[in-house]
Amino acid sequence: MSGVGDIVHLLFTANLWQATLAAAVLLLLPALGGVISERSGVVNIAMEGMMLTGAFFAVVADLAWHNPWLATLVAIVAGGLMATIHAVVSIQFRADQIVSGIAINIFAAGLTVFLVNRIYGLQDVGHVGPNELLPYVDIPALDQIPFFGQVVFDQNIVVYIALILLVATHIVLFRTRLGLRIRAVGEHPQAADTAGLNVYVIRYSAVITSGLLSGLSGAFLAIGISNTFVPNMTDGRGYIALAAMIFGKWTPFGAFIACLIFGLGQAIYDNNSIIHVSPYLLSMLPYLLTLIVLAGLVGRATPPAADGLPYVPGSE
Amino acid sequence: MTDAERLAVDMRGIVKQFPGVLANNHVDFSVRTGEIHALVGENGAGKSTLMNVLYGLIHPDAGEILIHGKPTHLTGPRDAIALGIGMVHQHFMLIPVFSVGENIMLGREPVDGMRLYNRARARKLINDLTKKYGLALDPDTRMADLPVGLQQRAEIVKVLYRGAEILILDEPTGVLTPQETKELFVVLRDLVKGGKTIIFISHKLKEVLEISDRITVMRRGKVVGHLTTRETSEEEIATMMVGREVLLRVDKKPARPGAVVMRVENVTASSDRGVPALKGVSFELRQGEILGIAGVEGNGQSELMEVLAGTRKTTGGHVLLGDRDITTYDARTERDAGVAFIPEDRRGTGLVLSFSIAENSILGRERSSRFSWNQLLLKLVAIREWARRLVKEFDVRTPSIDVAARNLSGGNQQKVIVAREMGSKPKVLLAAQPTRGVDIGAIEFIHRRIVQERDEGTAVLLVSAELDEVRSLSDRIAVMYEGRIVSIESPDTPEERLGLLMTGGGKAREGAA
Repeated sequence: MSGVGDIVHLLFTANLWQATLAAAVLLLLPALGGVISERSGVVNIAMEGMMLTGAFFAVVADLAWHNPWLATLVAIVAGGLMATIHAVVSIQFRADQIVSGIAINIFAAGLTVFLVNRIYGLQDVGHVGPNELLPYVDIPALDQIPFFGQVVFDQNIVVYIALILLVATHIVLFRTRLGLRIRAVGEHPQAADTAGLNVYVIRYSAVITSGLLSGLSGAFLAIGISNTFVPNMTDGRGYIALAAMIFGKWTPFGAFIACLIFGLGQAIYDNNSIIHVSPYLLSMLPYLLTLIVLAGLVGRATPPAADGLPYVPGSE
Repeated sequence: MTDAERLAVDMRGIVKQFPGVLANNHVDFSVRTGEIHALVGENGAGKSTLMNVLYGLIHPDAGEILIHGKPTHLTGPRDAIALGIGMVHQHFMLIPVFSVGENIMLGREPVDGMRLYNRARARKLINDLTKKYGLALDPDTRMADLPVGLQQRAEIVKVLYRGAEILILDEPTGVLTPQETKELFVVLRDLVKGGKTIIFISHKLKEVLEISDRITVMRRGKVVGHLTTRETSEEEIATMMVGREVLLRVDKKPARPGAVVMRVENVTASSDRGVPALKGVSFELRQGEILGIAGVEGNGQSELMEVLAGTRKTTGGHVLLGDRDITTYDARTERDAGVAFIPEDRRGTGLVLSFSIAENSILGRERSSRFSWNQLLLKLVAIREWARRLVKEFDVRTPSIDVAARNLSGGNQQKVIVAREMGSKPKVLLAAQPTRGVDIGAIEFIHRRIVQERDEGTAVLLVSAELDEVRSLSDRIAVMYEGRIVSIESPDTPEERLGLLMTGGGKAREGAA
């Protein structure tokens, strides 16, 4: 019983919630990408691979140029390039989008390990210096708010960017012309096409955007939270982001709430040293939650009507 | 104005080759400004291909297109829209989860200074437009909540909003009730008065004669005739469409109904979405009669057929076959008890498309001793013999019985199903939309076989969205509305009265539950 007591105690510490938000943001970025991609009608399960690629190239670039901003840009571009592969395969060549996504995830895992060996030999990739990491930024005054200040306003710069992107994604999707078009393409591409929209351009942009966001998340993981690249360091987070997107019913804020829940699981696990529960049991937590979500136990969600269906012009 | 300028649309020598089929074979098609021009032809005649070419969705292999006398090159619907061409598709291009306003605006949305979608302005634009053309619509309703007639109206407004001068309407009346069709025709005449040009695609010849000024007839990818509506007749158009004389009316003797075979008592059932679809349906079906069910699609007809065929569970009531209670029977036991079923979705439920005609011809009967030894090994020789007989008897046009069902035309696919179901010598034949989407020749044939089946003593229950079909085939008509049979009528009941009953109006006459 003491384990449960420990967790309850932990829930009242600001440290835990600070870590929760950081862990949530790591998932939120690819989840937002997933929302955008799937709202346009392209199933994207390749966030894992895009994130991993982003993480790898962030470290490579940071070690080479000692500039975390440049490194982050490289990571974003790398994620975008992986997404472009998915877009070409699934939009242009109308391949099965699940298969394409899995292929990209496996490809990314192989590519990064291969490049590690190629570039760094059999040694460690090496560590990024403390001044070359994405910085933590305290927001003056606001970080003095008791409890809440530490949780929200004492965070990595990427956390703030992600929260802004969260609001922006919501506004774009549901309040702008562009968002209406993205959703139209994901619901009924024939209708969008006959209304004079370019289905392909919209879908390409949406899928590539999801890659950019996953790449950013990869950079946050490798040169924000961590300071090096380890093979397979994303550890299934891209899939958890996918679950968060479904849990959140393909909406940005819904996905964010799901990310917070998963993030909490992660944060509790990370604090396992001060609670008396098997760390192995705790490490299962996020994945267990994912399974529960994917099994549809939290209410069934309806995906966009044309999600996963390639568009063939002139078809009905 | 010269002749060329008076033509709103002038398509010359259009050729479009699809794998295995020449969909448009040097087609010439022209429409005068301000007329309603009907384009008629059977399925696969090439009407839709031609219109998709005109709308820029399909690129022709050869030919030229002149709009208002100017040669044009269409790379996509955007170009067509810019030239003032609008299309109302047979399958509506509407997004059910969007509002009416969003659907109409899509692609040309008004935005405010912040580039945000301007809902208030969208609403005003729509209200102006609907007032101008007398097409009342509420921009804020969710599209999925509108009845089909109003959805079509939204499609028309959508096209007008894009500034269309030439409107293409692809089978616009297929989904409408007679009343809705009348309203549509009023709208179309108003639009023409306002200077618009309309291309009306249809295979319902009565409507074509009523609404159009001129008619172009297509058959097998070619234009086979240009007609002036005033100077032609239903028979002449039908003959042109099919290429031989056809019998438009069903030729049948009065029914001689026998004993009651099937009794449906207060049956209730839910739809796929879990909402009540049948709310207490009762009727009797007699030997040697055709009971037709009329109704707007989605009023429980599909669910009723599925319940009777054993593929949908009831939530209450009883179904009796003779003295036997078959309420809980599944598809297999129903079949064994003598209920045959022609399902409405021929490609999804009627056939296994990748199976050959021979294999399809015994679906559901593969366990019978006639076609298998101990329900284990198929008697291939017997099956092939059987399939060959059906193909011959039901005039299925195919090079062999080994052809996959997928490669048959719609009419021939339907004939395979009809042959299989009638071939089982059923007591009750359930026919759901038996001629949907098949050509006139096949319709004529299937109608004749259904009547023949009746004359041999089978009890036939017919569901069709085509009121004409229900009226010409049935010996009694049950009108369904919102999960109930609201009235049972005689087949010579005027169309107007049936239409009224189908939409919840009118008073029941007899035995309605």
